Amino acid sequence: MSNVSVDANDSSVAESQPQDNTRRRFLTVATSVVGGAGVVGAAIPFIGSWNPSAKARAAGADVEVDISKVQPGQLIRVIWRSKPVWVVRRTPELLASLEQHENQLKDPNSEQEQQPTFAQNRYRSLKEEYLVLVGICTHLGCSPQHLKDGAFAQYAEGVSEGFFCPCHGSKFDMSGRVFESVPAPLNLVVPPYQYLDDATLLIGQEAEA
Amino acid sequence: MKALLDWIEYRIPMMRVANMHAIQYPAPKNMNFWYIFGFLATIVLINQIVTGIWLTMSFEPSAERAFASVEYIMRDVEYGYILRYMHSTGASAFFIVVYLHMFRGMMYGSYQKPRELLWLFGMFIYLALMAEAFMGYVLPWGQMSYWGAQVIVSLFGAIPVVGPDLVVWIQGDYVISGATLNRFFALHVIALPLVIVILVFLHIVALHEVGSNNPDGVEVKRKKGSLKEEEKTSFEMHEYYTKKYDIIDDVVPFFPHIVLKDLVAFVVFLAFFSYVMFFNPEMGGYFLEHPNFEIANPLKTPEHIFPVWYFTPFYAILKAVPDKLLGVIAMFAAIIALFLLPWFDRGTIRSWRYRSGLHKVNLLVFAAVFVFLGYLGGTPQENWKIVASQIATVMYFGFFGLLWIYSKNEHEKENLKPVPERITK
Repeated sequence: MSNVSVDANDSSVAESQPQDNTRRRFLTVATSVVGGAGVVGAAIPFIGSWNPSAKARAAGADVEVDISKVQPGQLIRVIWRSKPVWVVRRTPELLASLEQHENQLKDPNSEQEQQPTFAQNRYRSLKEEYLVLVGICTHLGCSPQHLKDGAFAQYAEGVSEGFFCPCHGSKFDMSGRVFESVPAPLNLVVPPYQYLDDATLLIGQEAEA
Repeated sequence: MKALLDWIEYRIPMMRVANMHAIQYPAPKNMNFWYIFGFLATIVLINQIVTGIWLTMSFEPSAERAFASVEYIMRDVEYGYILRYMHSTGASAFFIVVYLHMFRGMMYGSYQKPRELLWLFGMFIYLALMAEAFMGYVLPWGQMSYWGAQVIVSLFGAIPVVGPDLVVWIQGDYVISGATLNRFFALHVIALPLVIVILVFLHIVALHEVGSNNPDGVEVKRKKGSLKEEEKTSFEMHEYYTKKYDIIDDVVPFFPHIVLKDLVAFVVFLAFFSYVMFFNPEMGGYFLEHPNFEIANPLKTPEHIFPVWYFTPFYAILKAVPDKLLGVIAMFAAIIALFLLPWFDRGTIRSWRYRSGLHKVNLLVFAAVFVFLGYLGGTPQENWKIVASQIATVMYFGFFGLLWIYSKNEHEKENLKPVPERITK
């Protein structure tokens, strides 16, 4: 096989001595596959390095919150994974009002998975009195404002208190449930949390069952 | 001198390439005002690269230092404010000339066969430019940088299943953070500029292979042997073109004719550019948004979040759709539709001069709708705007649908004035 032609169109050679290309084809495929695997392997560090670093993961650790000094009706903000988390101590009147506007809500029963299972109830919380929410609008990530003492009624008739997002006008009630016909598709997120004792919340982790 | 040039030419085809692509390139003689924007875009690209290199010398890409280092550039670095304003004004100027360049292509059918690839390379440049501009806008780490990034990155969160993990991967953190800023810096200063320069190269190679279109849409390169000697151009064109084609006597050599025309345009452009750069670099909050003069604060959302003006038409489409995922899909579809323009247009008549009145109206309405969407996406939310942006979104896509319907056999149906054999004047 010394007279392998460089010119593929040189039919005279091909005709006079029909070549067996199986081995060449096998080598081409084998080289391509091995080379392809190499490319995939080499891509791993490049793609993987975009993941959160060890430092970022550490900064995303759980947060303890002292709630002993929170007054009824008060909202406090804490930072968890650099996101604002609201803890609201709701008054009994407010809790009683939550069912009155459920016909205006998109997902009043929290069927979408925006909360740990323990919070899949009207109050979207572990203890009714304390609401814990990630304060970021589910539309495009703005932070809604807490409007109370009737200030919210201009956006939702008959509802005196709630969260209003100034970016695109999304509205949420005091359980973080989203109203109908606003851009936000989902209720506000309830982060995983647990009570270490009556006065201390741990945000970031659910209690072990 | 001659000896030196010969010495070089023997080793690298310097004069041959210059002749082929910049001097003896046959350009239609009727190229008008609309044909300056490709040249201007190249100038702006060079401006962005040069000023960008100088800005990186003083910029610090970290969440702690970025904002302060931009202030340092503005106040303490010698001529730093000029370099930064050249760069920021250049960004908006880039989109102005690119939008006009694209509209030119649409008017004169410069995307039609055989210029589909040319159009696609152009669209890829546009796409890369949008990514480049978005990431550049994040770097000063002001309030709009941060919240704009928040909005854009969260778009990927709408993708089912992988969305949330994808967002964390893009951000390199659970939120937009210094890690995000750092990688955007890397992409902005090296990865995307490289991509853009390569795409521009391919865009020009593709252009010179198929030849420039013109306002009449008349082909100036004819089949070899189809023209009489007196019909051929008397200018000396590079043999690369004359060997394959007969070139009709409606062309001029790129140098000096086109280059000089472009230089005049450049001077006028510089006047506008300098006015904005020196007297009005913020352009009333359109080129540099006012909330961006405040450092990024993850806990305080600005009252209104708008992208910079050149993204607002697509932002309006995003907001027009009540569903998040569908909104994202609509927004990307708006860009993909532009990519597919050569296939939506089934006509064979390039220039709108010889196309139906319906086509002229359709194209002008499309341009108006695009500008109107830009207005809707760049001003505060109001109730009537939701409906308006929904209507405008339908009209945006309607342009492509209508075009597809009426463009087939447009000439037979409409009995239009024929396309001339030769360029008219």
